[in-house]
Amino acid sequence: MSLKDKLISSYMAYEDSLDQEHLIHDIRSAAIKNFENTGFPTRKHEAWKYTPLDKMLKADYTVFPKKSNTLEYKNVKQYFLHDVDTYKVVFVDGVYSSFLSETTHEGIDVCLLSSALSKDKYRPVIEAYFNKAAETDSITSLNTAFAKEGAYIFIPAHKEVEKPIEIINFATGSEAALMIQPRNLIVVGENAHVQIIERHQSLAEHPILTNSVTEIFAEKRAYIDYYKVQNDVETASLIDSTYIKQERDSNCRVHTFSFGGKLIRNNLNFYQQGQHCDSTLKGVTIIEKKQHVDHSTLVHHQSPNCESHQDYKGIYDDSAVGVFNGKVMVDKIAQKIDAFQQNNNILISDKATINAKPQLEIFADDVKCSHGCTIGQLDEDALFYLRSRGIGKKEANALLMYAFANNVLESVKIPELKNRINGLIADKIGVQLGFDL
Amino acid sequence: MLQIENLHASVEDKDILKGIDLQIGAGEVHAIMGPNGSGKSTLASVIAGNEDYEMTEGNLLLEGEDISELDPEERAHHGVFLSFQYPVEIPGVSVTNFVKTAINETRKAQGMEEMPAAEMLKKIREKAALLEIDRKFLSRSLNEGFSGGEKKRNEIFQMAMLEPKLAILDETDSGLDIDALRIVANGVNKLRSENNAVLVITHYQRLLDYIVPDKVHVLMDGKIVKSGDKDLALKLEEKGYDWIKEEVKTA
Repeated sequence: MSLKDKLISSYMAYEDSLDQEHLIHDIRSAAIKNFENTGFPTRKHEAWKYTPLDKMLKADYTVFPKKSNTLEYKNVKQYFLHDVDTYKVVFVDGVYSSFLSETTHEGIDVCLLSSALSKDKYRPVIEAYFNKAAETDSITSLNTAFAKEGAYIFIPAHKEVEKPIEIINFATGSEAALMIQPRNLIVVGENAHVQIIERHQSLAEHPILTNSVTEIFAEKRAYIDYYKVQNDVETASLIDSTYIKQERDSNCRVHTFSFGGKLIRNNLNFYQQGQHCDSTLKGVTIIEKKQHVDHSTLVHHQSPNCESHQDYKGIYDDSAVGVFNGKVMVDKIAQKIDAFQQNNNILISDKATINAKPQLEIFADDVKCSHGCTIGQLDEDALFYLRSRGIGKKEANALLMYAFANNVLESVKIPELKNRINGLIADKIGVQLGFDL
Repeated sequence: MLQIENLHASVEDKDILKGIDLQIGAGEVHAIMGPNGSGKSTLASVIAGNEDYEMTEGNLLLEGEDISELDPEERAHHGVFLSFQYPVEIPGVSVTNFVKTAINETRKAQGMEEMPAAEMLKKIREKAALLEIDRKFLSRSLNEGFSGGEKKRNEIFQMAMLEPKLAILDETDSGLDIDALRIVANGVNKLRSENNAVLVITHYQRLLDYIVPDKVHVLMDGKIVKSGDKDLALKLEEKGYDWIKEEVKTA
C-alpha cells in the first residue's frame, strides 16, 4: 500500500474517533479530500522540481504509534536551551509529554492544541484563527486533516513574554518508521512580544517523516522572533510549512538554522495584511553527505509601506543539495514597499549542488525590490590574509566559512541561543582554533 | 635578515618583477618607493607568499634560509609579517580571538605550547596601550566596519603581538590622518630592535618622517633603479620620479 493510500485509510479509521460535530470537522474533511485528489507533490510540480519526495515516501511509516513513550530529561537536556529559563511544550512521538513540558496559563496561554480544540473557552480563538492562514496545497492539507496535537500559544494584547518558548518534537525510534504531523497555532495580540524556538529531534536512527504546519498571527504592533533549529539525525526528514499573517506595524522575524537531517523542506510564507509591516527571513544552511535542504519562501506584500528582508546563506559539502526558491509578490495596492532578498552559497565539493531561483512578481509601480544571489568559493584574498598570519589553510578556510555563516547570527536576540548556534556552526565547519567563539 | 637576489615574479604570465636585488640587515629599516604600477605591492605579496604570484627566478632567503617554496603560513611561522594595504573583514571573529589564534598557531608550528592566558592578556594590554587601542575595539569583529585608520592600527597591533623578524608595511600610511600616522609610526619604532627588520613600502615620503629608513630604494618597472639614504625620499617628494626616469634612460 502506498503511503497515500495508507494515510487515507488511517484517516477514515481516525475519523470514527472524532466528534463529527466539532467546529473544525468540516475543515478536516475538506482537507483530506484535497489530499486525496492531489496526493504528494512530485517533481512535475514547479514548486517541488528540485526536491523529490518519492524515496522518502517509500518507508512503511506508522501514522499513529501504538504506545506512548517517555524520556528522561537528563537524556534530552542537550536539546533544550537549558542554560536559560523557558516555557516548554514537548511532544514525544507526536504525543504531549507533561513531564518534560513547562506550560502556563498565567496571563498567557502556552499549552496544547488538543486542549484548545476540545475546551469551550478557546472556541472563539479556534474559530477566528484555526486554518485561516494555512494554504490548501496537498502537504498542508494532509496535516490539516490529521491536525490534533501541537503547541497552542495565545499572547494577549500588550503582553511581553519574558521567557522564550520552546516547542520540541522528539521521536524515540520505538516504531520502525514513524510519521508525525504536529500542528501549531500561535496568536500574538496587539503590541505583544514573544520569542519562540522550534526543534524536531530524533533520538534514534530510524526513518522519521515530520509534516509540520505552524500558523502564526501577528496582530497590530506585535513583535515575534521565531527560531527554527534543524539539526536532526540523518534518517529524519522534515517538511515544515509556516504561515504568518501580519497586521499593521507588526514585526516578525524567522531564523532557520539547517545543519542536519536527511531531507528538509521549509515552506515559509509571510502575508503582510496591514501597512508598515516588517518581515525578516534569515537562514543558515550547512550540510554535507547526501543531505538535502530546500528553502521555499514567499513574502506576499498585500499592503503599502511595508518591508521585507531575506538573507539566506548556505555551505554545501560532499553531495549535498540545496534549494533556495524565494518568491516575492507585490500586489498592486502595495506601493512603497521595500523588499530585499539575498542568497549566498558556497559549494565546497564539486558534487554539491545549489538550485537558486528568485521569483519576483510585482504589480505595484512604486516599489523597491532587490535581490542578489551568489554561488561561489571562498575569497582568495581573505584566505591569504589569514594564512599570512600563520593560520593554516584548512583552519583559515574554516574560519572564513564560519565568518560567512556567522553574519546571519547578528539578529538572534537570545544570547544563549546565539552561543548555541555559534557552537553548532563551529562544530559543523570544524573550526577548532582553541578559543571561545 | 632578508636576502633577495635577482627576483623575478609574474602574475598570469605577465612579468612584474624583473630582477630585484635587496639585502636588509638585522636592525635595519628599508623603504621602497616608486610610482603606481612599479611592482611595490607585488614585491610585498611575493615575500609573504601570495599564491597569485609566481616567483619565476631568483633567491628569497630569510636568515639564510630559502623561504621561496614555503606556504604563506609557514613564512609567517618563520617570522614574516605583512601589514596589508587592504585588510580583510572577518565578521564574527573578534580582534582578540584572531590574534590569539594567530599566535598560538605559530607557536604550535614551532613546537611550543599555547601561550598561557594570563601572559596573553598581559601582552594584549601592553600592545593595545602602545597603539592607543581601547578594550571595546578588541572585542569587535576583525576589521568589520573599521575606519581606514582603525584597520591600519589593527595591522600594527597584530604585528606587535606576533613580533615578526621581518615586517613589511604595504602602504600603511594610506588613509591615515596625521594623528593616526603618528601613533602607527610610534608603534613601529617601539618594535624595532637589533633582531628584526622593517621594509616600508610607500608612495609618499610623509611616513618616512616618522619611521626613518636606513636605506631608500626606488622601484620602477619591476627593478630597483636607484638606492640611497633617507635624503633620497625627500628628493623624490620634491622632484617626483621623472628625473630618475631620465637617469635610467641615459644610463
